[in-house]
Amino acid sequence: MTNALIDFILVSVALLAIGIYGMAVKRNAIRMLFGIEMIINSANLNLVAFSRYIPNSQGQTLALFSIAIAAAEVAVGLALIIVAYRMYRNIDIADFRSLKG
Amino acid sequence: MVDSVFLALSVITIGSAIVALEVRSLIYGSIALMITLSGVAGFFLLLDAPFVAMFQLSVYVGSIAVLILFTVMLVRRELIFNKVEDKRRRYAGIGLMLALMLGIGTIIIGSGLKTMDTNSPMVDYKKIGEDFLTYYSPALIVMGLILASSITGAMTLARREDVMDDQRAN
Repeated sequence: MTNALIDFILVSVALLAIGIYGMAVKRNAIRMLFGIEMIINSANLNLVAFSRYIPNSQGQTLALFSIAIAAAEVAVGLALIIVAYRMYRNIDIADFRSLKG
Repeated sequence: MVDSVFLALSVITIGSAIVALEVRSLIYGSIALMITLSGVAGFFLLLDAPFVAMFQLSVYVGSIAVLILFTVMLVRRELIFNKVEDKRRRYAGIGLMLALMLGIGTIIIGSGLKTMDTNSPMVDYKKIGEDFLTYYSPALIVMGLILASSITGAMTLARREDVMDDQRAN
C-alpha cells in the first residue's frame, strides 16, 4: 500500500464538508438530496478505509448494508419530492412552508 | 506518500462534487454526481475492496443516479435551472465548509492516525459472503424487508389518486 490511511480520511472529510455546504445553502430539493448522497458516500469511504487498515472485513460488510439502505432512502426521498412538486408545482423548499407542523 | 492514481481520483471526485452542486442545470448536476460516485468506487478499488466497489457502481451509479435523472426530467423545465441565491447565505455556507474542512482536517492530522499503515494482505471477500450468511443473516433479512417496504412506500406515495382508471388508459 503506497497510500496511507490519513489520505483517504482527508478526502472523506472534504466530501463531507461539500455535502454539508450543499445541504445548508441550496434551496432546490433535488440538490439537497445530492448533498445527502455525498455525506453518505464519505461515511462509506471511511468505513472501507478503516476496514482495510485495521484489517477486518466487518467494515466492508457494514458499508454494503449502508449502501443498500441509502438506495431505499433515495427512493423514498424522490417519491416525497414528486408528491411535494405535485402539491406546490415547485421543488424550492422555501415554498414548502405549509408542510411545517 | 500518495501516488498519482490517488491524486487524480481525489481531484475528479471532489471537483465533480463541487460541480454537481454549483452547475446551473440539474441534469448536468446529476451527471456530475454520477462521476463523484464512480470516483468513490475507484477509491474502494484502491482500498482492495473490489466487491464493495462493484456494489457501489451497480447500486449508486446504475440505479440511484438514473432514478435522480428521471425525477429531474419529471419536473417543469424552468425549475431545473438555478435561481439566484441569497449571497449572504452562500458566503456563510462557504465559510462553514472551509471551517469544517480546516477544523476536522487539523484534528485528524494531529491525531495518531498518521502513523497507521499496513502491509497486511487484503481482506478476502469470501469472508464477507460468509459473514452475510452466518452472523449477519438476520440483518440481511431485515434489510431485504426494509428495501421491499420502502419501494412499496415510494410507489404508494407517488401514485396519483385523482386520476381515474379510464383516464389512465389513455
